[in-house]
Amino acid sequence: MINKSNKVLNTNITKLVSKDYQYGFSTNIEKDIIEKGLNEQTVRLISEKKKEPKFLLTFRLKAYKKWKQMSEPEWPYLKFPQINYQDISYYSAPKSPKKLKNLDEVDPELLKTFEKLGISLTEQKRLANVAIDAVFDSVSIGTTFQDELSKCGIIFTSISEAVHDYSELIEKYLGSVVPIGDNYFSALNSAVFTDGSFCYIPPNTTCPLDLSTYFRINDQNAGQFERTLIIAEKNSQVNYLEGCTAPQYDTNQLHAAIVELIALENATIKYSTVQNWYAGDEFGSGGIYNFVTKRGLCVGANSTISWTQVETGSAITWKYPSCVLVGNNSQGEFYSVALTNNYQQADTGTKMIHIGKNSRSRIISKGISAGKSKNSYRGFVNVTNKAIGAKNYSQCDSLLIGNLSNANTFPYISVQNATTKIEHEASTSKIGEEQIFYFLQRGICLEKAVELMISGFCREIFTKLPLEFAAEADKLLTLKLEGSIG
Amino acid sequence: MTINSPLLEVKDLRVSINETEILKNLNLKINKGEIHAIMGPNGSGKSTFSKVLAGHPAYSVFQGDIFFKGSSILDLEPEQRSHLGIFLAFQYPIEIPGVSNEDFLRLAYNSKQKFYNKPEVDPIEFLSIINEKLNLVNMSPIFLSRNVNEGFSGGEKKRNEILQMILLDSELAILDETDSGLDIDALKTISMGINNFMSPSKSILLITHYQRLLDYVKPTYVHVMQDGKIIKTGSAKLAKELEDKGYQWLK
Repeated sequence: MINKSNKVLNTNITKLVSKDYQYGFSTNIEKDIIEKGLNEQTVRLISEKKKEPKFLLTFRLKAYKKWKQMSEPEWPYLKFPQINYQDISYYSAPKSPKKLKNLDEVDPELLKTFEKLGISLTEQKRLANVAIDAVFDSVSIGTTFQDELSKCGIIFTSISEAVHDYSELIEKYLGSVVPIGDNYFSALNSAVFTDGSFCYIPPNTTCPLDLSTYFRINDQNAGQFERTLIIAEKNSQVNYLEGCTAPQYDTNQLHAAIVELIALENATIKYSTVQNWYAGDEFGSGGIYNFVTKRGLCVGANSTISWTQVETGSAITWKYPSCVLVGNNSQGEFYSVALTNNYQQADTGTKMIHIGKNSRSRIISKGISAGKSKNSYRGFVNVTNKAIGAKNYSQCDSLLIGNLSNANTFPYISVQNATTKIEHEASTSKIGEEQIFYFLQRGICLEKAVELMISGFCREIFTKLPLEFAAEADKLLTLKLEGSIG
Repeated sequence: MTINSPLLEVKDLRVSINETEILKNLNLKINKGEIHAIMGPNGSGKSTFSKVLAGHPAYSVFQGDIFFKGSSILDLEPEQRSHLGIFLAFQYPIEIPGVSNEDFLRLAYNSKQKFYNKPEVDPIEFLSIINEKLNLVNMSPIFLSRNVNEGFSGGEKKRNEILQMILLDSELAILDETDSGLDIDALKTISMGINNFMSPSKSILLITHYQRLLDYVKPTYVHVMQDGKIIKTGSAKLAKELEDKGYQWLK
């Protein structure tokens, strides 16, 4: 249960003016939303609404059956009230009179929403070097730069469209990295996913633009269940960015996504996330429940998959972006900053499964806990007997702010051959009143002091982010911590 | 007496922490160009006094006042006091992981520049400013790239404090046991830094247990603090006397 007691002030150092979550507005728009509840009929209805091919309906129904037999995982270090899956609407889409031919036909209200989020979809103002797929509740409302990308043979579109236009690729790869029954939330997502992004990089191609999906949950009662599938063919490269925000409601919204990455021989996929879902208020009411399965498959030799995440939002975060290193000399990376404040809870980390010879993995995790939050790193490094010469390096650092926050590290390591080299380092430190006072005494204001300490702590991760994201992430963390010190 | 008001004037100061009274009716006046030393047994309130002057939030002033350059600073935040010209060299300088000394020093320098409406300096300009100061305290430029106080030896930490004092060039420097834990060479280096810093327009408040620092830095006055107030004031000779006799005879 969430204790609504007043926020305890640790010190009486000048407080910064606590800013509200700046993306907390909601958009009033006519929408097509189905009744709450989940049963076989709901699954059929979603599939019907999207006019899906037979194979996908079969996929969904199989997932639904599986989900009914499963139960929520109990091992995470998270506490939250029972989720009522029958009290959620599984499809909510802005109403549009006809199929849109181009982005200029998108409801201006929606375009305005994304403008407010700093994401411009219109021709004139959009970012010059990033192609964006904008997902609003259950559907993708538009993808920029599609024509330009298709000239290189790159497919970047919503998964709903891909189901129709590239059904062979979808049928072949969907669920190949995260099987339907992988976990409770993946089964749920597989049954009811509504949209997401699909990206295909043909052989010998370096994607000229960064690709990005921006997820926006708008409806108070709808869950968001999106799916992303990225396939990088031989000798190809792509940078992918993901951003997320949601309005500020006092109830909790469910977000259960799946991301599947496939890297063939010599291919490199870099996947970066800045997650800023609404985190609930300072008393722990409201916020997104974020249960996400992200996994990359390094199928080909010398392939690389790199996850970088900056997790700052959500009331609950349950997320383990992983790499299955099948190809010889393949490489998996996980760089993470997870920040929790107030009553937020995060149980996040990664899995690195070594199968290929000389496969290498690198894990750098930075957890920052403030307020009364709980922040846990959970990682699994598994080196199978075939993975001759595999190497892993893991580093988990925790930073505590105040006296009431909580940081945990749960590293699991399983090694089945003697040629493996594994290193693990961990540290815990604290931003205390005396450190703050030291800065203040030297004339440096509180805001700058915290910014400097946090960015120092996260530097290794921020350098992995694309440039536009790195500056954003730095600002975001400082903003999130306002009022938590003092 | 000078025509100008004293740089620092503490009047009937009473201070508590967690409802325990630490400073009980403390009075002190420091004029420009003076060096005051405060000595006294452990737990007499010396360190508390230095932190209260700097505005540490853990202490509450419930009586009396502190005037700096003629106006009360009780309502000012620590960073405002710093900008006005109060510098505290900490007894135990804290480690700040992940923040390089160079960034820290530049930010501190620029914060002050900004306060006085002077142009902020870029990292390259700053490097030439700081290199010159490093020489004064016999520190190698390698210190700049290390994290603030992290892994510094006791002596290095103290030298880093003096470096900051020189860099910020504050009018009032409060040195809280800067001499403790130093070998004789380090003590000489630090004393040199202090004497270099001192000028007729500045003042220093030295908190120390030992008379040996006072061999190098000549105090104008020596005060003895006991049980939260100053019980005796004298010249530099008083320090010698204390060294011989201890504090008991004063009671």
